[in-house]
Amino acid sequence: MARRARVVASTRRAVAITLRALALAFLWLLTACTVGAPDVSSARSSSAPVSVLRWGGDAEGGAPFVEADPAHPDSMRGFDVSIARMIASGLGREPEFVQVAYANIDASVERGDFDVGLSGVEDRPELRERHALSLPYFEFREVLAVRPEDSTRYRSLIDLAGKRVATLGATLAYQMLLKEEGRSGLIPVSYDDDVHPYTDLAAGRVEAVLLDHVIAERSLVRTGGFVIQPQSAAMGHYVAIFARADSALRDSANLILRDRMRDGSLEQVFRQWKVWDDGQAQHFGRVLAAAPAPMQLAISGAGGGFARYLPALLRAAAITLLLSTLAMALAVSLGAALAAGRVYGPAPVRGMLSVYVEVMRGTPVLLQLFVLYYGLSGVVRLPAFLAAVIGLGLNYAAYESEIYRSALLAIPRAQLEAARTLGLSEFQILRLVRGPQALRLALAPMTNDFVALLKDSSLVSVITVVELTKQTAIYATNIGSWAVPGMLCAALYLMMSLPLSRVARRLEARWSHA
Amino acid sequence: MSAVLEVRDLAVSRGEQHVLKGLDLTVASGEIWALMGVSGAGKTTVLRSIAALQPFSAGFITVGNVTLKPGALLPESRLRALRGKVGMVFQAHALFEHLSVLDNVTLSPIHALGVTRERAETVARGLLESLGVLARVDALPRQLSGGEAQRVAIARALALDPLLLLMDEPTSALDPARRGALGDTLRALARSGRGLLISTHDVEFAEAHADRVAVLSHGVLVEHGAARDVLQRPQHAATRELLASPDA
Repeated sequence: MARRARVVASTRRAVAITLRALALAFLWLLTACTVGAPDVSSARSSSAPVSVLRWGGDAEGGAPFVEADPAHPDSMRGFDVSIARMIASGLGREPEFVQVAYANIDASVERGDFDVGLSGVEDRPELRERHALSLPYFEFREVLAVRPEDSTRYRSLIDLAGKRVATLGATLAYQMLLKEEGRSGLIPVSYDDDVHPYTDLAAGRVEAVLLDHVIAERSLVRTGGFVIQPQSAAMGHYVAIFARADSALRDSANLILRDRMRDGSLEQVFRQWKVWDDGQAQHFGRVLAAAPAPMQLAISGAGGGFARYLPALLRAAAITLLLSTLAMALAVSLGAALAAGRVYGPAPVRGMLSVYVEVMRGTPVLLQLFVLYYGLSGVVRLPAFLAAVIGLGLNYAAYESEIYRSALLAIPRAQLEAARTLGLSEFQILRLVRGPQALRLALAPMTNDFVALLKDSSLVSVITVVELTKQTAIYATNIGSWAVPGMLCAALYLMMSLPLSRVARRLEARWSHA
Repeated sequence: MSAVLEVRDLAVSRGEQHVLKGLDLTVASGEIWALMGVSGAGKTTVLRSIAALQPFSAGFITVGNVTLKPGALLPESRLRALRGKVGMVFQAHALFEHLSVLDNVTLSPIHALGVTRERAETVARGLLESLGVLARVDALPRQLSGGEAQRVAIARALALDPLLLLMDEPTSALDPARRGALGDTLRALARSGRGLLISTHDVEFAEAHADRVAVLSHGVLVEHGAARDVLQRPQHAATRELLASPDA
C-alpha cells in the first residue's frame, strides 16, 4: 500500500514536471510564432523605400556567389550580386545588400528582412511549397569529390556504403546523403560552411564530399588535394527566393531574368565568373522554351509528421546529454585541479593558472572549438566528438575553477586550523575537511553551469557533431517551420535540465537542514 | 610532577608592535592553569603559538620532548610529533560542519594516526560517554547546543591523547550550571595526568577550578602563582583591574 502511494506520488511528480515543461514550451512557442510568422500585413515598403530592393545573401559563401570585393570590402561581388543588380535595375530600384546566414535565407525572406534571397539558393520541393521561387537561373551538378588515391574506389555514392561523406547542411546534397544513409549505411557529415568539408577530405576525416560542382571546382582551385568524379550524382538549380506573399514581385523578377537570358547578359555574368558551359546553354534554352528540365532527383515527402523525426531527435538528445556529461566531468576534474593550484600553488603556478582561466573565459568557446578542431588538425587530428568534449570541457574548467576557488576560500580559517591541530596533513585537510565543505557551497553554481553547458553544447555543430539543436534545425529546414521542432527541442532540453536542478536542490536541502 | 609545557622568553611581534614579550610559563602534568587578562592582552596568541598556528619571533616552546623555535611556521609534515601532544579546543569549537559528532572525533585517529575505524569508534564512544554526549553521536554540529558542541570539541581534542590541552575562552558561551560541569570535566582530565592551559577572563571560574593563574597585560606576564593567592591578594594593577572589571 505504502509502495503504491509512493508510486502514485512519484507519478504525480512526473506529471507535474511534464506539465511545467509543456507550459514553458508553449510559452516559448507563442513567442516563436509571433516572431517567426510571416508578417503579411506589414508593408515591406515601410522598412525599405520603394526605390530600394533589399536582397539577402551570405558573403561567407564567397565567390562565385557572393563575396566581399577584395578591392572594396564594403561592396559585394559575385554572380548572385550581378543578378540582384539586374533584377533591381529591371524593377527601377537600387539594390541594397543584407547579410544573412545561408541556412536562414528562407526564414529571413519570409520574415521580411529583405525582398529577395540570392546566394546559390537551391530549388527544392519543400522550398517551392512554402515560398515564392524564381525560375531556375542556373543549373548545377551535384558532384562527388574524393582523394586522388580513392578515385577508382569511390566513383559514386553507392561505393561509399558505411563511409563518412561530408556536405553542407540544409542542402539538396545533404538530403541525398540522408537518403543514402537509410539505404546503404553511408554516414552523412554536415558542415556549416563549404570550405571545411574539403579540407577535412584532404585531411582524411571524411572519405568524400558531395556538393555543387560550382563549389567543388572552386575548392579544387583553393585547397586542392582531391579529384572531382566526372559522373554527376544529380542535377539541381539555383533560384531567387521571395516571401510566399510576394509572388507578384517574383513574377516581375522572372520576366527580367528571362530577358537577361535572351539578351545574353546573364551568360556574360556566368562567363565572367567562369561557370558557363554547354549544359548551361541547354538549360537556358529549356527555360526560355518555358520548360525547365524536370528535377532528376525526387526527394520523397519532405514534410510529414513529427513521428518520423522523433527517433533522430531523441538520438541527438542522447548525444547532447552524453557530450555534456563527459565535458562536465572533464571540466569538474580539471577545474578542481586548477582551483587547488590557484589556492595552494606557488606564485608562478598561480600566475600561469590565472592566465589559463582568463584566456578561456575571455575568448568565445566557438573560437576555441574552431582552433581545436581545424586549427590544430595539422598537429593532432581529433575526432569531432572528442574535440567537442575536450573543447567544452577545457572551456568550462575555467568557470568551474573559479567556483571551486571561491568556495575553498570561503571555508572559515578556524576549520582549517582545527584540522591542523589534529595532525592532518595539508592534503588530508583539503580532501577531508576543506574540499567536502567547499563542494556544498559550489553545488548550486555547478548545477547552473551544467545546465548552461547542456545548452552551449549546441555550439559543437560547427565542428560537425549533430546534437539536439542541429538535428532540430535540420528537421525545421526540412518541414519549413520551427514551431513543432522548436517545441520538441525545448521540451527535450527541459527534460534533461529540470531533473538535474531538482536533484541539486534536494541535495542542497539535505546538506543545509540535515 | 613533570613539566608538560615550558615556555621561555616567548615574544611575538606584528611589524613594529610587540604582541607578546618575554613570556615564561611552565605547566606541570596534572595542573590546571588559567591564563587571564582583559580582551586583547594576548591570551589567544599564547595558545596559538603553543599550538604552532602562529609564528613567534623569540624564545622557545617545549611540549614533552618537542621544541618549537622562532621563525616561520613549519610545514605540517614536520609538526607531526607536536600534534599528538597538544590538543586545542577553539573558542567557537570549530567542529567540522559536514561531519557527524562521531566522525568529528574519529577523523584524526583514523587519518593522522592510522588507527582502524573500529578501534577509533570505540575510543570515541568512550570519550563521548565520559563527557555526557554519547546520545548525540549521530548529530551534525549545527544541531548541537553550545555546551554539547564544546564537549564534542573536547572529545575530538582528547582522541589523540594529548599531554597538554589548550582551551580558548571555554566559559564564554556557558550558563553557570554548565560552567560547574566543565570545571569537573577539567579536573578529571588533570587527574589523568594531563596539563591544562585555559585562557579566560572569568575570575569566578578561575578561582573555583584552576590550580594556578597567570595574568597577562599588554603582552607581558605581570603576575602568576597559586589561583587563590593571585586572585585574593593581587599584586599588580592589571590584576586588580581585571578583578574589578564588570564582566569578571
